Amino acid sequence: MPENFARFRRSHEFWLLSVILILVVGLSVMTEGFLTLQNLFDLLTSYAFLGILASGLLVVLISGGIDISFTATASIAQYITMLLANKYGLNWFIVFAIASVVGIALGAINAVLIDRLNISSIIVSIATLNIFYGLLVFITGGKYIYSLPPWFSHGIYWFEYVDADEISYGINLQILALAVMFTLTWLILNRTNIGRQIYALGGNREAAQRLGFNVFRLNILVYCYMGLTAGVASLIQAQLAQSVAPTVLVGKELDVLAAVVLGGASLAGGVGTVFGTILGLTLLAVMQNGLILLGVSSYYSQFFVGLVILLSVSATALSARRKRKGVMTE
Amino acid sequence: MSNAPHPPRGPDAALMSLIGSLTGDVTNRRLAILLVALVAVFGLIIGEGFFTKATVQSMAFQLPELGILSLAMMITLISGGLNLSIISTANLCALAMAYIMTKMLPGTEGFAFVGWQIVAIAVGLLIASIIGLVNGFIIAYLGVSPILTTLGTMTMVKGIGIGMTRGNVISGLPDSIVFLGNGTVVGIPTAMLVFAVVAIPMAIALGRTPFGAATYMIGSNEKATQFSGIDTKRVILRIYVISSLLAAVAGLVMMARFNSANASYAESYLLVTILAAVLGGVDPMGGFGKIAGVILSLVILQVISSAFNLLNFSQFLTLAIWGAILVGVTAVPNIRKRLGLID
Repeated sequence: MPENFARFRRSHEFWLLSVILILVVGLSVMTEGFLTLQNLFDLLTSYAFLGILASGLLVVLISGGIDISFTATASIAQYITMLLANKYGLNWFIVFAIASVVGIALGAINAVLIDRLNISSIIVSIATLNIFYGLLVFITGGKYIYSLPPWFSHGIYWFEYVDADEISYGINLQILALAVMFTLTWLILNRTNIGRQIYALGGNREAAQRLGFNVFRLNILVYCYMGLTAGVASLIQAQLAQSVAPTVLVGKELDVLAAVVLGGASLAGGVGTVFGTILGLTLLAVMQNGLILLGVSSYYSQFFVGLVILLSVSATALSARRKRKGVMTE
Repeated sequence: MSNAPHPPRGPDAALMSLIGSLTGDVTNRRLAILLVALVAVFGLIIGEGFFTKATVQSMAFQLPELGILSLAMMITLISGGLNLSIISTANLCALAMAYIMTKMLPGTEGFAFVGWQIVAIAVGLLIASIIGLVNGFIIAYLGVSPILTTLGTMTMVKGIGIGMTRGNVISGLPDSIVFLGNGTVVGIPTAMLVFAVVAIPMAIALGRTPFGAATYMIGSNEKATQFSGIDTKRVILRIYVISSLLAAVAGLVMMARFNSANASYAESYLLVTILAAVLGGVDPMGGFGKIAGVILSLVILQVISSAFNLLNFSQFLTLAIWGAILVGVTAVPNIRKRLGLID
């Protein structure tokens, strides 16, 4: 146990966790609203969209690729699904199935272009972001969908609990989906053979190929999984926003990337954990929430977010460097 | 091109292919063919309207903004990095310049009038240098990945702009500045001249100076470059400062064209600058890319955009076609390889 702890103490996650704990303690002392059940539920609900996408992007980054087209994928999945739901009624299971299929199909396009045409993933996903998004807004004319089916607007609310102030809490659709997708991602990465292969592919592509891994199949899996998470995320976002707007999601791709990379995933591939991603996301969420509760003008919140990203990555880089120096002098 | 002679075998082959890639001849030829084809097709569809002075001039008015930003992105891409903070840098510098020019200018002429404008531009360039130094320092000396560093500065710099202005627009710039964005000199838009003034020295710096050579080498293999005795950290620092300064010039041109400045103008350009650079033959993994290619790519994107505009097509369709062209052009060599046309 002490050995495990010593290893954890040197890890990226430990640094993140320390920063988060300091922030949480500080905010709990300085504000009344932070450490309340309601605030925590609100935070989870509003960051579920970014979180689900982050779990998908994590898998892509571990495999050594990158995807920034997922916001366009999500916009398309959302639009098609809600158009069909309004027309044919449908139910929860079918809307999630449709959104997932749309997401997976668009993810497959990325995978095929990247693997078969041998173009780097950043080029492909910049191109497909423009293609998907451009076509969506062109075809729909950028029109919003304001009226969603009543059962969809109403959402899901489990384990409802009402406290003394008559504020009710419960597991809503967003929190449920977030938990499911994080668990699923964790299972894939840590408990399946495929997961190990994805780490291996990102760690050393050449070696993975020579070991006989089917790289094409892995790429298909990775980018389709990203598409699946985009599909799921798009629906819970539509449910929260109570509308579908083809132009609001595109532009958030870098926020998701920031959360995942803050969580320790490397753009070079082969590195990253679900726990780290959760911490990266938590750091961003707690910080933004804390700034609002502290009464810092919302106009300055971006400044502080950027500052924390810079400080956090610089500190991590410095500690990694010290570690390397330590190894060399030992 | 398919019946081009095979490169010589043996030890020279690698060198020859390196030189071939560096001159970017193949890419540029392919882009030139694409451009001619596009002009021919649009010319046939649209007719004479496509070749009027007004159309050509409007293209020349629109190109420089994206053009200068693409150069700012390009130099970091060549070094194997990336600069996501170019747009927010351009906006913050524009805000600072606009603030000084709208608050400090006495009258509409005279020594102080000109002086304050020079001060304003100097302040803009100073701010850009600071942002560039921060980026370069964190990337080169702390070893943080460029994407993460510039993501951080992008958010922070935009935050400063929003915080100081509360998201408002600063407008009402002096005529001399508006002329920079909307005037012409012997029929050539002034903004185009600004683009030329930054593009030509940059082409020389990249192609004919030790600094340029070091930039390409760092993009190909940073470790090897370092071991060959080049102070790579210093070079990287300079690359990000130059990128920032180019962003500031782009900010000046944007401010002049819109006659206003704001913390969140032109954000959708960010990924388009990467698209333009890569289409122009810049390797996103670093090491390769020429200004001439990027200029060709910018002209292609502009021709499509202007033609679609004349045809009354949606701007979003333009975006989709830009994406498709990027995939198409980058896929060509791989498809040819697959079909066995080359090696």
